[in-house]
Amino acid sequence: MSELEVLETGPLSLIQDLGRPGYLSSGVGVSGAADRGSARLANRLVGNDENGACIEVLMGGLALRARTVTTVAVTGAPATALLDGIPMGHASVIVMEPGQTLRLQYAQVGLRSYVGVRGGLAVPDVLGSRSTDTLSGIGPEALKPNDVLPVGTWTRNFPNVDVAPVPAMDPGPLSVRVIGGPRDDWFTNPDALTTGAWAVSPDTDRIGARLNRHAGAPALQRTSEAELPTEGVALGSIQVPPSGQPVVFLADHPISGGYPVIGVVADEDIDRIAQARPGQLIRFTTA
Amino acid sequence: MTTPTRILPAGDRALLVELDSEPLVVSLTERLRRTPVPGMEDVLPAARTVLVTTTPRTDLDEVRRALRTMTVDLEAHDHTGVPESEPVTIPVRYDGADLADVAGLLRMSRDDVIAAHTAATWRCVFIGFAPGFAYLSCGDDRLTVPRRAQSRTVVPAGSVALAGGYGAVYPRSSPGGWQIIGTTDSPMWNLDAEPPALLQPGRRVRFVDEETL
Repeated sequence: MSELEVLETGPLSLIQDLGRPGYLSSGVGVSGAADRGSARLANRLVGNDENGACIEVLMGGLALRARTVTTVAVTGAPATALLDGIPMGHASVIVMEPGQTLRLQYAQVGLRSYVGVRGGLAVPDVLGSRSTDTLSGIGPEALKPNDVLPVGTWTRNFPNVDVAPVPAMDPGPLSVRVIGGPRDDWFTNPDALTTGAWAVSPDTDRIGARLNRHAGAPALQRTSEAELPTEGVALGSIQVPPSGQPVVFLADHPISGGYPVIGVVADEDIDRIAQARPGQLIRFTTA
Repeated sequence: MTTPTRILPAGDRALLVELDSEPLVVSLTERLRRTPVPGMEDVLPAARTVLVTTTPRTDLDEVRRALRTMTVDLEAHDHTGVPESEPVTIPVRYDGADLADVAGLLRMSRDDVIAAHTAATWRCVFIGFAPGFAYLSCGDDRLTVPRRAQSRTVVPAGSVALAGGYGAVYPRSSPGGWQIIGTTDSPMWNLDAEPPALLQPGRRVRFVDEETL
């Protein structure tokens, strides 16, 4: 079996696929890649099924050494990939010869890069998925230097592209569509969500993007401080605790909560929130 | 019987069905498990709601119509045609650090708390907080206690607890603020089992005092 050695991990490198749907009633969320589109693309570029297990790299800083010929692709946040020091194209097919090292520099824009590996990472699955759920502690542990990652075998033909055109990631304000509810009636001024801009807070993670009000735009006011009975929350839910500082729930969000959800980000726009860096501005628009 | 139901939007891949009682939540969940609506990915029952998630590009209007139809004649504990399985039995050592406090809060003796806890038939209403953490309810309002004023940083796995009108067993060691009345060796969470959670929404539970076994 082919293997990849982990030399360095940067701040956080995790194994992710598209998650483990179907276990909500056991208390387990879907988890999976925070930016699902980039994980899918990384897999397609190396000829895998879109659900192949890849590496989600926070900010960059990952270094891998190939033990055998290994085909990889880096997507998501455009951390420059160096193969034995030579810059490689973003979202392109990279062939690593035995002993060669792939090193991701720190990304200047975006938050999470994805390293797809031809054959997928063949770590044991948990409940049908190889993703790491940082909230419930299910799935493979975060990568550490000196880990050796097994690579699966591949059966499909190689795809007919070696570079995928991807739009440049925008460090500017993101415009994100939101669907009101289920608890927008818990706010005196639900329209304040779509008024002005929000800034992504530094304590944002895979559980959620925490938001602060930007430049004095109106705060969200609840109609009462009554407690909401625990209810299920969907991916992309914008939950508003009594502080009025919302959290947009991302891949490892709790499956239920007791604070009202004012709106839910459109599924297609969730990947972009997962790539928003601390300080980046977000404007919500009504879907 | 017509059930007052609201079906609330929860994004473009989910709907939140709000019901007016806990037993109706259990009934709808069981119905959806038997007859999934088109495009349904998963179901998450909670205190008064059922979240229905769908696969991408599912027509939510169609799901809404199907849910509307399904909830029109929904009745509590609707087990038509499905024989109810035996309750799961959980043996407990009533040695919890908060048992005396719970007895004091409830103005009951320690033995009366144990008697009420073992006499009740509990039902798993929903799972939340952590994998396998089942919120159990029973008809006995006497067992309603608040959470502890100070949350513990470590509550050991197997702690049998009460809070906010619910009972629970901690599936694994975690922080927590529930009142701990006892300990069990029954594993609540086992990744090698299918499903991994011992208790599923709708499942009934009886606690048994180990000392009487």
